[in-house]
Formats: sequence, structure tokens, C-alpha cells
Amino acid sequence: MKTNRLVLFGVVAIVIAIFPAFVPSYVSFEFTYVAAYAIAILGLIVLTGKNGQISLGHGAFLAIGGYTVAILATKAGVPFWIGIPLAGIVSGIIGIGIGLVALRLEGVYLALATFAMAVSVPSLLKRFTDLTGGSGGLVLDPVTPPSWLPIDSERFFYYVAWAIAGVLIVFTAVLLEGRVGRALRAIRDNEVAASSFGVNPYFYKTLAFSWSAVYAGIAGALAAIPTAFVSPDTYNFNLSVTVLIGAVLGGLESLWGALLGALVIEFLPLWAQKINAAAPSVVYGVALIAVMLTMPGGIAGGLIRLFHRREPKADARAVGPVVAVPVQHSSE
Amino acid sequence: MHEFAQQIVSGLATGSIFASVALALVLIYRSMGVINFAQGEMAMFTTFIAWQLIQMGMPVWAAFATTIVIAFLGAVALERTVIRPVERASQLTVVIVTLGLLIVFNGLAGLFWGYVIKSFPSPFPSAPIDIAGVSFNSQDIGIIVVSLAALGLISLFFAKTKVGLAMRAAALYPDQSRVLGIRVSWMLALGWGLAAAVGAISGIMVAPVVFLDPNMMQGIVVYAFAGAVLGGIESPLGAVIGGLVLGVALNLLGAYVDFIGTDLRLPVAFLIIVVVLLVRPAGLLGRVHVKRV
Repeated sequence: MKTNRLVLFGVVAIVIAIFPAFVPSYVSFEFTYVAAYAIAILGLIVLTGKNGQISLGHGAFLAIGGYTVAILATKAGVPFWIGIPLAGIVSGIIGIGIGLVALRLEGVYLALATFAMAVSVPSLLKRFTDLTGGSGGLVLDPVTPPSWLPIDSERFFYYVAWAIAGVLIVFTAVLLEGRVGRALRAIRDNEVAASSFGVNPYFYKTLAFSWSAVYAGIAGALAAIPTAFVSPDTYNFNLSVTVLIGAVLGGLESLWGALLGALVIEFLPLWAQKINAAAPSVVYGVALIAVMLTMPGGIAGGLIRLFHRREPKADARAVGPVVAVPVQHSSE
Repeated sequence: MHEFAQQIVSGLATGSIFASVALALVLIYRSMGVINFAQGEMAMFTTFIAWQLIQMGMPVWAAFATTIVIAFLGAVALERTVIRPVERASQLTVVIVTLGLLIVFNGLAGLFWGYVIKSFPSPFPSAPIDIAGVSFNSQDIGIIVVSLAALGLISLFFAKTKVGLAMRAAALYPDQSRVLGIRVSWMLALGWGLAAAVGAISGIMVAPVVFLDPNMMQGIVVYAFAGAVLGGIESPLGAVIGGLVLGVALNLLGAYVDFIGTDLRLPVAFLIIVVVLLVRPAGLLGRVHVKRV
């Protein structure tokens, strides 16, 4: 019954592939950020949704990714296609370190420590001026497509970002479907029981943290390159919160939540800002509380419930890993 | 030596702000086992209410009293409407709901009052105070006196009143308290109210120093976390001591250690949180729990 998922994935992939042909290049530019956000949220789905570890500080890893690419490009002239994977690797290595600390912090304590981490990122970036350029940040050269490609640079980097996002989404889906995914979920649901069945919680929790850090690092790099600029104030506490909001609103249970959440956090502020500079925060906060109170599976979870209600006879597995969302059939 | 004494006192002043916010966090943590990430933003929002009342012509001290009452009632109402439905939900849910409150209050303050930094009238005289031949900033002395008085009142409330006793019982033994006729859920709401009132006092005390804007509490709340963790997140006295120690230590580090200066104070607070949680998770005064699995 996995064909339904594959068909849906194929349709979405085709839409994403032909989309730039029908829209002006600035729209492609905006959707490049959707790809970056989707990758970062994907990491949070692995960490928080599947493994139950709360991080309020993933903006720090976006900062590491963005600054890795920027420092490599400005100080050593490293091209972006080497810089992006390196951003993921550097962020992942630091993620192992923080993941090892996170092992000893449960629940709210981890939330608290990562909150403090998120708030202290800008002041760290401002302090080490030689490397980071201080408050002024670093300016990157714009990316130019290879001369044999007949597209503009916005569309070129759109394809780069979405190709990476596509690969990572498939990779994540495959891993979560198998042994690794089962281990992560088992630890989330009951760590003691999981470890008595031979699942090593230390290994898998550190893995989840580092894994999500790799994604956040890559996302940070993918967002920094089209912006062509990194500065401490980009990576403030709000960025960490925004990514988490995307994950919660999109849905922590389903990988589709990454795409939906990324769309929300890219376009909701653009739309709400037309009302008032403070409006996005109010809308975000109210949406966050409303989703937690009424629809804990986020938008993806909600859509899946809707789908189930329409076709009550459909095999629950048709929609993939999302069956963990409580589906209320009893009322029907 | 005079300068050193002044640094200590000004550290105690910021420390008593941290201590108040830390106490507010501990009050809620003890009763529900959750951390209210919106505590700082609630304090900021109520400080804006005080500012508004003063702008409307209310005398400064009257505005403070009114604001504290509003903070108390508002937080009780908030607990009843937003927190009550998730009282028994998972920690992740409660963390995200309080994070939602943080964002809402930050946004509402921006919506109502804008992001332009505002000066906030100080309730204290501007002339310095002489103690033993050293002149201290009266602002600092005032902050210390008011904060410690508020903290003293809170501890008296818990030690000497029946409601305070009921609140402690509800926090420690919710099931037994319910049997004895204590309305445990309402005690949680009272806890939120008290925490918000203490938070409002800290906001009003700090606003003349850091100036009023929607993001003014963001750093302070991290220092308060560090103070609470340092003292022991389950111990009100520990939170107060932790906050004071942290205030003095950060002030001295900032003044005398060039490497840290003012830029690295937040990362130092983050480091303190991590190190204390790793080495002694119960903090200085907390009790070590043995978990049965």
C-alpha cells in the first residue's frame, strides 16, 4: 500500500520541478527559502516528532551552517557545492557534542538549555569578529548558474535547493520506515522498555540530535547563499522559534509537515506584515496555541484525519508513518 | 575598593531582578513541573500596562499597584483558559503552549505600543545614597529593597497563610490534597497569578534601567533561568540566592574580565545552565530525586 505515497510524492515533485516555468523569478527565489525551511523542519520532525527531544535552539545550527558557507566562501573561495555539504558536516559534528549533553537533560530541562542557546547565538557571533565579521556580518558573492544552463540565477538555485530537499526527504522517509525509525519512536514512547529490548537509547538519541543538526546546517547554508549575506541578527531567538513553529503547525508526525510548515513560515509573515509589523507574531502565537489545543498533529495531521473521514474504509497504512496521530474513528 | 563595593551593589540590583523572575519560574515549576517560557514576556507586557497608566496621568506608585493587580488577575484568567486544557498533556505540549504565549505577548506589545524604545519613569530619587562613605546609585538600592520586600512577602504568604499552605500541599501531594478538599486546579491558577505579580514587579523595576521595549525581558529571562537552575529549580530560596549570585558574578565578570565584557554574558549564562544541569541537576539547594523506573 505504499504506492499511494509514492504517487503523491511523484506529483509533488513534478509540480515543484515545473513550477519555476510558470512564475516570475522572484517567486522562485521565495520558494528557495521554502526548501531550506523544509529541510530544517525535517530535522525537527526527526528529533522532536519521532524521538521526543525538545529543541528550542535549532537556529544555532542554522547559524553554524550559514556561517560555515560564508566563511569558507569569503576567506578561502570555496564554491557553494562544497560549502553546503561541509556546512552539514560541521553542524552535525557540533550537534553530536550538544546531543551528548542533551542525553543527560530530560524534557523541560532540554527545552530550557536550548532556549538559552538560541538567545545567546547572536552575542557569540558578534564577539568573534575576526572569523564572523562581527555585527556587520559577511557578504557572499551571488551564485551564477553554469554558462551551459539557459536559466537565471534565482531559478538555478531554486533547483539546487529543491534537489537537495528532495534527496533528504526520501532519505529520511526510508530511514524512518525501517529499523532506525522504529528505534527512535520506541525511545520516544518508553525509553526503559526500548532499552530492555536492546535499543541503545544513548546511541539513537545522540544520532537524532546530530542528524537534525546536519539538516539545520544544510538549511542554514541554503538560506544564506541566495540572501548573499549572513549577520548575527539573522540568527536571533526568533529564527529558532520560527523553525519550531513551522514544525508544530506543519505537523511533527508526518514528513509532509515539513513542506506544509515551510510554506507557512515563509508566506504567513509576508502576508501578515501587510497588516502590521507585529501581526505575524500574534498570528503565529495564536495559531501555535490553537493547534496544540485542538489539532496536535498540525496541518498534516489534520489533513490526514480529514482524508480518513472521507474514506473510512481506506487502509490506515496508505498514508504512511502518520498513523501515530490519534484518529478518532469511534464517533463514526 | 569603593568601585568594587559599587559593582557588588549594582550586581545585587540586577541580581534581585533575576531573582524575582527566577522565583516566578520556580513558583510555576514547583506546582506543575513545567517551565513557563512566557514568564518574561508577561512581565514585559504588564510593564507596558504600567507605562500606559502613567501616561494616562496616574501617579507612579498607584500605577504600579494597579498593574500588579492586573497581572495577578490576568494570569489567573490565562491559566484557566489556556493552560488548564493542557494541564495533563505531555511536556512538549505545555512547552509549546507557553512558547505560543511568549510569541503572542511579544506580538501584542508590538501591536499596541510599537517597537520604539521608551523611557520608563524611575520610582526612586535620582540623588545617590551615601552608605559608610561610599555613594551608591539610589536606583540600585531601591531595586534591591523593593525586590527583596516582595520576595519576603511571598515567603510569608506561603509560610503563614492557609491559602499558602494549601498551595504548597497541592503542589507536593495533588491527590491527597484533593481528598482533603483543596481545589488543586485553582491552586495552580493562583500560582500563575502570584508568579505574574512577582514578574510584573521585576519588569517595573528593570524598565527604567534597560528601557521599555517588547524584547526587553528576553535576555533577563535567560539569566533568570540560569539563576533558578543554579539555586535549584524546585527551591524558591535557591532561586533567589541563585539569581543574586548570578547578578553579582556577571557584573564582576563584565567589569573586570575583559574577555567576557558585556558580549559574552549571555553565553556565560547558557554555560552555567548546562554545567549545573550536568554536574548537579538539583542545583545548590534543591533535593536530589531518586527516580523509580
